[in-house]
Amino acid sequence: MTPPAHGEPSLPPVFKRRAGETMAQIPKEEYILETTSACPGCSSSLSLRYILKAAGPDTVLVIPASCSSVIQGMYPNTAVNVPVYNIAFAAAASCASGMVAGLRRAGRETKVIVYAGDGGTVDIGLQALSGALERETDFLYICFDNEAYGNTGMQRSGSTPLGALTTTTPLGKIHPKKEIDRIVEAHHPPYQATAISAFPLDLFQKVEKALTFRGPSFIHLLAPCPTGWRFPHGKTIEVGRMAVKTAAWVLWERGQGRLSVSAPSKGPLKRPVPLQDYLGMQGRFKGLDPALLSRLQQGIGTNREAILAEAERP
Amino acid sequence: MKGRKPAGERKERRKKQRERLAISKPKKGASGKTGAWRTFRPVIDPEKCSKCGLCSLYCPEGVISEDLKIDYDFCKGCGICANECPKKAIRMEREER
Ligand SMILES: Cc1ncc(C[n+]2csc(CCOP(=O)(O)OP(=O)(O)O)c2C)c(N)n1
Ligand code: SF4
Ligand code: SF4
Ligand code: SF4
Ligand SMILES: [Mg+2]
Repeated sequence: MTPPAHGEPSLPPVFKRRAGETMAQIPKEEYILETTSACPGCSSSLSLRYILKAAGPDTVLVIPASCSSVIQGMYPNTAVNVPVYNIAFAAAASCASGMVAGLRRAGRETKVIVYAGDGGTVDIGLQALSGALERETDFLYICFDNEAYGNTGMQRSGSTPLGALTTTTPLGKIHPKKEIDRIVEAHHPPYQATAISAFPLDLFQKVEKALTFRGPSFIHLLAPCPTGWRFPHGKTIEVGRMAVKTAAWVLWERGQGRLSVSAPSKGPLKRPVPLQDYLGMQGRFKGLDPALLSRLQQGIGTNREAILAEAERP
Repeated sequence: MKGRKPAGERKERRKKQRERLAISKPKKGASGKTGAWRTFRPVIDPEKCSKCGLCSLYCPEGVISEDLKIDYDFCKGCGICANECPKKAIRMEREER
C-alpha cells in the first residue's frame, strides 16, 4: 500500500453518521479491563474506553506523568489491554515521534496515541508537542484537560480557567486559560478537534476520524474531574453537558483549514444558557470574585464569536 | 553489517534487556476489587427500565453489560448511571457492611 500524502485521509471519512447508527456501530470490545483505580466518576476512565474502542487493538498509548499514568492499576498488572509506554513528563510527543519512525520503518501501521494531561501538554510538554507537530509525526495527540495538575493534588496549570480555586490559587486564578488550540493550529495539523467526556459518541467519531489522517492530529478533550472541580461524582456527565450548553466549551473540528461546529454545540453556540448554570455546579468557582467572573465571561464570549466567525467564513 | 552478533545472541540480549524493564501485564482486577469502594449501590428497577442502554454507555468503568447486569465486584458506586437514566430506573441504595 502506498501511504497517502500528508494531510489526506487514508481511509474514507466515517464520521457523517446518524446518532442511532453510531451507537450500534461502536465496537463491543473493551480495552480497559475492570477496572482502573481512577476516582469514581472520573472522565479519564470513560474517555479511554471510547478512545480505545475507536482505535482498536493495534494501538500504542504514550502516557506522560498524570492521573492517567497512575490509574492503570498496580504493578505488575495493568487495566489497559493495549501496550502503554509510560514516559517522563516533558517527553511524550518526542517519544511518539521515535516510536512512529521505528514502527513505520518496520512496515507496521500501528497507531500511536499520546494521552497527556493539560499540565503535560500546555506547560511541561509543549516544546515536545510543537516539535512533533512540526516534524509531521504520524500520530494522534489527545490532551486530557481536567484544568489542573490533578495527580499531585490539583495545582493550577496553564490550562486552569480564570477564577478557579486550586490548591495553589486559593483566591481564584488571576490568569486566563492558555489557548492551546490556537498554538496547535499555528502548526497546521491535518486534523484538529475538541471533545468532552460527556459526549462519548462524538469523542469516538473524532478519534476514528483523526486516525484516518496521515500526519499529526490533535484532540483537546475537556475532562470534568469530580475530585478537583468539586462536584458530586455522579454529575460528571451533567457538568460536561452544561459546559457545552453554556458554550464555555465548544465542540468543533478543523480539517484542511475549515472549521465545522459539531452537532451538540450548534444550538448553544448561537443561544448559550447562562454561564452561571455551569459555574454554579462546581465548588471550584465558589465565591468567585465579580471582577474575575466578568473577565471569564468576556473571554468565553470572545472565543464563541471567533468560532462562529470561522465556521461561517465562506 | 560490521561487528554484528549472531541472531541467537542478539535475541538473548534483547530478552535480558526486557527483564530489566518494569513491564505490567493486562489483567482484570489490576486495581483490586473496586466494588469495595462503594457507599451506594446502583440497583436497576426492571419495571421502569426501557432498555435504552444509556447507563451502560456512560458508566466510566464499563461494568454495566449489554443485558444491563451490573458487575458489583467492580462498580465504584459513582452514581453516573442513576443520574443519567432517563426513566429514573436506577436507585442508589446505601451499602450495609
Ligand atoms: C518533571 C516532573 N515534574 C513533576 C512531576 C510530578 N507530577 C506527576 S503527575 C503531575 C501532574 C500532572 O498534571 P496533568 O498533566 O494536568 O495531568 P493530570 O494529573 O491532571 O491528569 C505532576 C506535577 C513529574 N512526574 N515530573
Ligand atoms: S483527580 Fe480527577 S482526573 Fe484524576 S483520577 Fe480523580 S477524577 Fe480522574
Ligand atoms: S439508562 Fe435507565 S432506562 Fe436506560 S437501560 Fe439503563 S436503567 Fe434502563
Ligand atoms: S455507579 Fe458508576 S461505576 Fe457503578 S454501574 Fe453506575 S456508572 Fe458504573
Ligand atoms: Mg490535568
